[in-house]
Amino acid sequence: MLKRLHEDDDRGRVTIEFEGTRLSVPAGETVAAAVLAAGTSHTRTTAISGQHRGPYCQMGICFECLMEIDGVPNRQACMIQVRDGMTVNRQYGARGLNDEKPL
Amino acid sequence: MKNHYDLVIIGAGPAGLAAAVTARTFGLTTLVVDEQAEPGGQIYRAIEQARDDNAPVLGKDYFQGLSLVQQFRQSGADYRPEATIWDIGRDLKVGYLADGRARQVRARYLLIAAGAMERPVPIPGWTLPGVMGAAAADILFKSCDMIPQGPVVLAGSGPLQLLVACHLVDNGVDVAGMVETNGFGSYLKALPHLPGALRVPHYLLKGLGMRRKVKRAGVPIYQRAASLRVEGNTEAEALTFEVGGKPQRLAAAVILLHEGVVPNLQFTRLLGCRHIWYPRQRYWKPVLDEWGRTSVTGVSVAGDAAGIYGAKIAETAGHIAAIDISFSLQVISEQERSWAAAPLRRDLSREMAFRPFLDTLFPPAGEALVPPDEETLVCRCEELTVGQIREAVSQGGLSPGMVKAYTRTGMGPCQGRMCGLTLAEIIGDCRQIEPDGVGHLHVRPPLKPITLGQMAELELVE
Repeated sequence: MLKRLHEDDDRGRVTIEFEGTRLSVPAGETVAAAVLAAGTSHTRTTAISGQHRGPYCQMGICFECLMEIDGVPNRQACMIQVRDGMTVNRQYGARGLNDEKPL
Repeated sequence: MKNHYDLVIIGAGPAGLAAAVTARTFGLTTLVVDEQAEPGGQIYRAIEQARDDNAPVLGKDYFQGLSLVQQFRQSGADYRPEATIWDIGRDLKVGYLADGRARQVRARYLLIAAGAMERPVPIPGWTLPGVMGAAAADILFKSCDMIPQGPVVLAGSGPLQLLVACHLVDNGVDVAGMVETNGFGSYLKALPHLPGALRVPHYLLKGLGMRRKVKRAGVPIYQRAASLRVEGNTEAEALTFEVGGKPQRLAAAVILLHEGVVPNLQFTRLLGCRHIWYPRQRYWKPVLDEWGRTSVTGVSVAGDAAGIYGAKIAETAGHIAAIDISFSLQVISEQERSWAAAPLRRDLSREMAFRPFLDTLFPPAGEALVPPDEETLVCRCEELTVGQIREAVSQGGLSPGMVKAYTRTGMGPCQGRMCGLTLAEIIGDCRQIEPDGVGHLHVRPPLKPITLGQMAELELVE
């Protein structure tokens, strides 16, 4: 959905894992941008009907980019910059009380 | 980093940065709290990191922000980036999250410089992945050196749409069309405001130049488009619309919607400041005096959070607000306040002369305010449609708060940021009154999600 204008290492690179796939991405990018540039268009499915959704505003307003980052659900991926070793997963549906996820 | 400051400023865009610089020259202890990682706001987003090879496209208006950011860096103001405010009390205690921890800081005076957001554009299919705000695409360009992978369609209206179109064209993006929802009618209506606009002719010339550039690049421009609709199953595939009753379809991988920007009112609403309805651009804004003071003691607003006037005016308003705050905190006399503000006021009146023209030339499209299709999603989080909201109104939901209670509209993670204006417009349409008479959703803490654990560990300040 997105592509980088320049493929160089001016800002250095970090490695993140998105849905089990390792991605080498320029430091300083937001998580939302990095996963959209990896070719995906949706970052979560909705809690109500399971619709696919992707980041809309890129500035922390719409909450469409909610993802599970380093095991913590409901993180705004457009507001968080990639860090080396970060694990990023799509957020599927509603959070449940029995989800075995660290808070 | 202290627990108490003379002045706490929310937002590190042009208004907030300018206010911090001026407040420091008067010796106020100042803290700027901002959600982004770097100063500049959205207009000067990531300006310190801008690449030389992107400079020609970003343009000189963008780089005007650099000296302001540098002055701010040298001002001696404390700065808390990547901080999310989740509460502010009337006692001016500001609660924020940073590094995963809840913190609190107390201000003697609070300046809200929280800027603007793109007006949500609820058309059928706008929730499909691949649909974004036009300004969102520009944020990705500035902060992440990224462009949308075409074909791209821009739809809506507004000066920012033109700017984004130029950036896309300059960056070699395949733009399949610019679909404008305004047209000849808005040009006619804007004509009486032209003399005011001519006081600042460079804006007019810039606008005309941008349009010419998009045209010359061979981007098809459609005017007076209506019945906009995004097609696609699990992601956007095309934009369909009508021009003069004739159906059109543009295949697209990315669709950028834009119907202007509106003030970010989360903080002024939370604090219970008085607001008024601005019918020309159909948004609310806080009621302010000539110094930027709200109806709540100790709280001022500067920049686009006070009404949309753009970066230059925001910067001037930030300086003026900080001068007045220095007077309020008894650092300068009333006479000194007038002297300091006088030259700034002259700039302000000249720059502001352009806005009535712009606001009339780019009115938000009617179908983006009250979507005609009953199936259109209004509340993206809780997935509620125009039809469901109308049904709730017919059952006695006469205010946004009541419709919220009946349907859950506005109760999802975005807390009504994306549906609030549309909700008020639809209720107003049902009741045949202006949104002004309908009112707005209440804004309550926490403004942004915070865990119980984080709240429990909060160290309270006196």
